Amino acid sequence: MDRDQATRQGPGFNRRDFLKGSGAAVAATAVTTAVVEQQAAAQQQAAKLVSAAPQAITLNVNGQDHKLTVEPRVTLMAALRDDLNLTGCKDVCDRANCGACTVLIDGKPVYSCTRFAIEVAGQKVVTAESLHTAEKTDLVVEKFCEHDGMQCGFCTPGFVMAVRGFCNAHPKATLDDCRKGLGGNICRCGTYAGVLQAAFDTAQAAN
Amino acid sequence: MAERKVGWEPQGQHTIIGKEVQRTDGKQKASGQAKYSNDANPPGTLFAKLLTCPHAHAKLVSLDVEKAKAVKGVKAVQIMAEPGQEIRHEGWPIVAVAAERREYAEDGIRAIIAKFEVLPHFVDEADLKGAEAAEITDGGMPAKLTKSLGTNKKGDVEAALKEARHVHKGYYGVHTITHMCLEPHGSHATWDGDKLNVELSTQNVSGTAGQYVKPLGVDAANVSIHCDFIGGGFGSKFAVDEWDVACAKLAKTTGRPVRLMLDRPTEMQIAGNRPSAFADVTVACDANGKITAWDSHHWGTNGPKGSTVALSVTPYVFDPPNRNRTATGIITHCGPDRAWRAPNHPQACAYTDTALDDLAAKAGIDSLSFFQKNLDLTNLPHIYAPELEIAAKLMDWKAKWHPRGQGAGEGPIKRGVGLALHTWGGGPHQSNVQLKVHPDGTVEISMGSQDIGTGTRTCIAMVAAETFGIPLTSVKVNIGSNKYPQAGPSGGSTTIGGVTGPTRRTSQQALWKIFDLVAVKYNVDLTTLAAKGGKIWSGDKDVCTWKQAASLVGPMALELTGGPVTEEEGLTSKQVGGVQMAEVAVDTETGIVKMVKMVAVQDIGLVVNRLLARSQVYGALIMGIAYSLSEERIMDNKTGKFINANSTDYKLPRIGDIGDLVVEFYEPESEYKRGVIGLGEPPVIAPGAAISNAVANAIGVRVPVLPLTPKRVLESLKKG
Repeated sequence: MDRDQATRQGPGFNRRDFLKGSGAAVAATAVTTAVVEQQAAAQQQAAKLVSAAPQAITLNVNGQDHKLTVEPRVTLMAALRDDLNLTGCKDVCDRANCGACTVLIDGKPVYSCTRFAIEVAGQKVVTAESLHTAEKTDLVVEKFCEHDGMQCGFCTPGFVMAVRGFCNAHPKATLDDCRKGLGGNICRCGTYAGVLQAAFDTAQAAN
Repeated sequence: MAERKVGWEPQGQHTIIGKEVQRTDGKQKASGQAKYSNDANPPGTLFAKLLTCPHAHAKLVSLDVEKAKAVKGVKAVQIMAEPGQEIRHEGWPIVAVAAERREYAEDGIRAIIAKFEVLPHFVDEADLKGAEAAEITDGGMPAKLTKSLGTNKKGDVEAALKEARHVHKGYYGVHTITHMCLEPHGSHATWDGDKLNVELSTQNVSGTAGQYVKPLGVDAANVSIHCDFIGGGFGSKFAVDEWDVACAKLAKTTGRPVRLMLDRPTEMQIAGNRPSAFADVTVACDANGKITAWDSHHWGTNGPKGSTVALSVTPYVFDPPNRNRTATGIITHCGPDRAWRAPNHPQACAYTDTALDDLAAKAGIDSLSFFQKNLDLTNLPHIYAPELEIAAKLMDWKAKWHPRGQGAGEGPIKRGVGLALHTWGGGPHQSNVQLKVHPDGTVEISMGSQDIGTGTRTCIAMVAAETFGIPLTSVKVNIGSNKYPQAGPSGGSTTIGGVTGPTRRTSQQALWKIFDLVAVKYNVDLTTLAAKGGKIWSGDKDVCTWKQAASLVGPMALELTGGPVTEEEGLTSKQVGGVQMAEVAVDTETGIVKMVKMVAVQDIGLVVNRLLARSQVYGALIMGIAYSLSEERIMDNKTGKFINANSTDYKLPRIGDIGDLVVEFYEPESEYKRGVIGLGEPPVIAPGAAISNAVANAIGVRVPVLPLTPKRVLESLKKG
């Protein structure tokens, strides 16, 4: 492992250091490849560097393009909630644990607090609001109501999005699949029994 | 309708009440369109964050906010603690910063220079001896950390212990847990001249405006409190907090709307918790398994005030002829408590029904028989006895119960069953109602109430729809504003009785006025009239449609107001009993306890909405599983910090951790006739003892302290 503070990248231990040092055989060739690797890494790093200044981006949310100017540190959750007033993604833990801010990005459920807004420019973001419009109500929303998979409702839109994403990926999921696949969301009121039934029904209805 | 008497229809004769009806606001909630205080974001809103004290006990020496004021995007700074002030727990608010964006507010917080003199602390809530020996000063004066919370005696415990056939001595405990509302505490404040409009995350819409008067000098009549949806309260959101006042001050200073919601760690540190309780118990019975004596000393903390579970609920539900009880409170440098769903009861149940179960094991009696034998010592034997029978069938208790630790094993996995029982008041709170029957047939009901997840809107609408014989969609319910008629706070399982009672009475009175008009207009016998299926009927002949009847009120709506219900009216009542049985599978190699099944049999009088009522019980069971198996506030004795004050390390169950939940309402006619009784609290009381008893049944030893984490299970197994 590269323990030299001068050449080591970033403030602490990082994944790249670990990968470089984790195999014993690597040591034999390290001397010749070290310089090349360092140069490549520096280039890679430079390419990743972005200015801390606000940037103009276009976010595609629920099929609509939104032009925003945000600092790179602004999370997708903050941009959706604070800039676009799409508050269906709830701010509960802001540390990738509770699932209340779940949205779909290119069809996959993602905690929106784990992505920077500038990262998802060009991708398709779907929020809970789009699952119930004047024209159409998504089956997941219907099933959450039918089985009362909610009480205070604060975790509910995040759970709804997690179920939508899960059922898209796992049509015909069994109850046990749902128990295993939906462990990424916390509910404090204790609505898991209704959520589980809602997820199962939704999965079973998939074509 | 010969007799005009306020009341419910006889059991089985309601059309909507008692049925499974979906929430009227369900789609709004599920699609994220329901707006909570934490979502309030009108144009111009500033975002505020708090700087809090990182120490358990300290003196604020100096505070410099000048650099924060200069930070980009920061608009105002509100100082909440002055230099020289003594701080008695971690998370104590020091400064609030309002900025154009949340990120700028965080920058502002980082730019504040706050210096603290760290003082000695005490946070070990289970350590009574340590608390007694601790040398701590408070405000410069030596402070005693323990407080007697009383002692009292009944009968002759010493003599009873001498005569007893079986005597059991044990130690039991429940650690502090937090409310962990997913929507944190906080508010959004806007000034309009001298009027203050607040979006407050509150369980107390009608009772909070006045709390702004003193700190802000605003007229109470000029304060509007608004809360359409609240993201969890569980007893912790009855008051306007100091950070809500700071939020309103920041809004005044900046002339902008300001939103200040606590961040997750601060929410857990300072916005309420359920006090801990630890108990030394001696309990005895005669040769027949009849409990003859109880002797206990319990202690615990609720933070700076130094209290724990009330003496009055000890022992819980069972009241033996001879009983001594003593309680000691410990002052700790931990965050202050707030009411937590069924205050006092879950802890008292957890150290009573476990001790009784240990005594039953010592006497060699099946836990179920033991509890059944002693029901005459409880407040509601006529409820518990049939409920135990029902629960035992649903759990298949006879087949599953075995003497402790002697179940058929599957390798290291041991199964067991346990039970516990509980009681709660749940009488109605004081609520007023305004009801309008509009000439177009729609009915509008306004109450200064709130929906904390129970389904307040839905239940009010169901009662009106039932009474007028109209569809649910024809009833519009306005709640969530203090500008509607005053309603009680939602706490203590008081809401559904409190809001449905006045709604039923006032709806009936309005209907009778309309019957009077119908009788004259259509020349029918007044005494024969009934409203059903959108029509007015005279016997089996339909007289007119509901719309035609409603149009008789004239160009303006028929408007009635109604006050709170009294028990004499027969619409509501109080005091329920419930029993619960738990089945667990314990891995004796890893110490992991898995829920297999829980059965809850609950008496609640008249069930208003079966779907939502069942949700309440499911939720209570799951919260019970949380504090039984995984959830606890962990204080670090060395630093005085709440080290798992975040959603990752504060372990709550996930969807796969709850096993099968079976809910059954106990509703014979005798209980139905009592009317509506609140349900939120009771089923959250018994899970701790029921689950602990199931684990003892499975592994043959008692794991004395909740939550039953793998570490504690393994320690108890090792000890044997």
